[in-house]
Amino acid sequence: MQTFDLEAEGLRALNETLHAQAETTNQTKWEIINPKGSHAIAVGLDAPIEVNVKGSTGYYCAGMNKQATVHVHGSAGPGTAENMMSGTVIVEGDASQYAGATGHGGTLIIKGNASSRCGISMKGIDIIVHGNVGHMSAFMAQSGNIVVCGDAGDALGDSCYEARFFVRGTVKSLGADCIEKEMRPEHITLLEELLERGGCDAKASEFKRYGSARTLYNFDVDNAAAY
Amino acid sequence: MKDHDSHGIPHTTPRQSATFSQDANSDIRRAAATGIYDIRGGGAKRKVPSFDDLLFLGASISRYPLEGYREKCETSVTLGTRFAKNPMELDIPITIAGMSFGALSGPAKEALGRGANAAGTSTTTGDGGMTPEERGHSSKLVYQYLPSRYGMNPDDLRKADAIEIVVGQGAKPGGGGMLLGQKISDRVAEMRNLPKGIDQRSSCRHPDWTGPDDLEIKILELREITGWKVPIYVKVAGARPYFDTTLAVKAGADVVVLDGMQGGTAATQDVFIEHVGQPTLACIRPAVKALQDLGMHREVQLVISGGIRSGADVAKAMALGADAVAIGTAALIALGDNDPKWEDEYNKLGTTAGAYDDWHEGLDPAGITTQDPELMKRFDPVEGGRRLRNYLKVLTLEAQTIARACGKNHMHNLEPEDLVALTMEAAAMAQVPLAGTDWYPGKPGTSY
Repeated sequence: MQTFDLEAEGLRALNETLHAQAETTNQTKWEIINPKGSHAIAVGLDAPIEVNVKGSTGYYCAGMNKQATVHVHGSAGPGTAENMMSGTVIVEGDASQYAGATGHGGTLIIKGNASSRCGISMKGIDIIVHGNVGHMSAFMAQSGNIVVCGDAGDALGDSCYEARFFVRGTVKSLGADCIEKEMRPEHITLLEELLERGGCDAKASEFKRYGSARTLYNFDVDNAAAY
Repeated sequence: MKDHDSHGIPHTTPRQSATFSQDANSDIRRAAATGIYDIRGGGAKRKVPSFDDLLFLGASISRYPLEGYREKCETSVTLGTRFAKNPMELDIPITIAGMSFGALSGPAKEALGRGANAAGTSTTTGDGGMTPEERGHSSKLVYQYLPSRYGMNPDDLRKADAIEIVVGQGAKPGGGGMLLGQKISDRVAEMRNLPKGIDQRSSCRHPDWTGPDDLEIKILELREITGWKVPIYVKVAGARPYFDTTLAVKAGADVVVLDGMQGGTAATQDVFIEHVGQPTLACIRPAVKALQDLGMHREVQLVISGGIRSGADVAKAMALGADAVAIGTAALIALGDNDPKWEDEYNKLGTTAGAYDDWHEGLDPAGITTQDPELMKRFDPVEGGRRLRNYLKVLTLEAQTIARACGKNHMHNLEPEDLVALTMEAAAMAQVPLAGTDWYPGKPGTSY
């Protein structure tokens, strides 16, 4: 286990050190102490390493992550795991707005609640939230999955494309062109796998599925009032 | 038509309305027939105060010129000297503006890279990400970081020679974009993670930050990911140039790219293009003042775009305080866009060479703004690259000619004092005197 004191050594040294880890590094476990809400912690990683952040983080923790597992033992600020490509990011506490924004791949697990715009413009990432998600979550979501074990706020999935949303609790409102959809056997199978991956103690049968009605995919003036 | 009525009373000459002009009436008829606003490519077509309204004074007894063909006039420019370990070194102060693969064909993007390479300057990606062809043919490539984040990934980010965070575009300040389904080929769809054939909306604002305080942190993140090696540009539309430039600099930009309303777009509502934003000429001095007020003029470089056509335009933008310019529409014309040789085909599309702007429909007879394989075959990227190189060389030679005539041994030594304006509007916007006077309209203490 490598320990890095962020307060003492600074952000540039941290990211430079983590970026220097090759795919074959034997320094696979890292612990970052004294994060104190700093921004851009462990961004742009591209190696199969495990980074444990002992405390809460600021903006963009684990941004553009590839391969690495970043575990935040606290709450996370805005844009956590934004544009993630692969790997896993786990937040033990709550996550602020834009969690997993534009993510292309990998898994983001939020054990508390996620704020507004969770999964905005997501492009393939899987996001599993143990608690609730805020308003406008999955706005313009393109692909990937969001699992919400609690409730979803206003305008879930507004203007979404092919992404899927599974919500166990209530949905305050659905956004433009987002509808409840049939939960077919393949969706149950997928959801069970996501719940297991996210460490969620919930049954797939308790969830409803939401996604795009695909009526706004091509511009039609008769749909103008939908926006 | 008879010139008098049945009682022998002469007709008055039929008079068209200035308000309800033929253009306005055709817009009304089109709207009534379709129920949809007009979408088109390009920039503002309306006449606005422009570089054409400025003149250089040249040298005389009080200034002496440099000898053309003999005395050197430098054109090199370095962009991104503030924080980046590896600033962008260009041979000429003319860059190629961001245009997307998707809006443009792959061969067209390749030609832009070839031409820019040969002229010693940079080209820029666009919405949709970086293609291998573009990276391969562009030795200096700026990677745009756009609200849609189509194709955005850290590997390409690290391959870039600079990053341009796009906040706004001159053709549509505050607006997003739409790539219509007919241009979404398999490859475009794959790059953007969306199904083939559906309209692809490009967002009007970034998904994971709002406001200048967030932008500062976003810039920090991008620098950390790229190891503080490459410059970070911030591109803003010509909306509130003083404040936008100020905020971009305070957020940590290395370079501010300022795009006036004549700057082109792949597709936006005509009403947006023509009625939102400010002319390029009106934007430069406020942006320069913002840099000066912050003590950052020449520390943070200013790149101006929107309607640059000639070396005179390049020289005028630089005399007003820009460090470089970017060209988009002019580069496409150099490649062969709107060439009269395709006039018959433009006519079939209901338009004429020079006026064709339905770039979003993917039917470009020149094979440039299309993804149709048959149309794309008409465009030779090697020849296109050669034409662009030639054009960039001419722009540079023209700008040097003017700079020498003003006695400058570097393009950056051009200054507002070298200019006068032909109109009061241009004089007020450019903050140079009206020709033949000492009057700076709008500046206290000066008079006709």
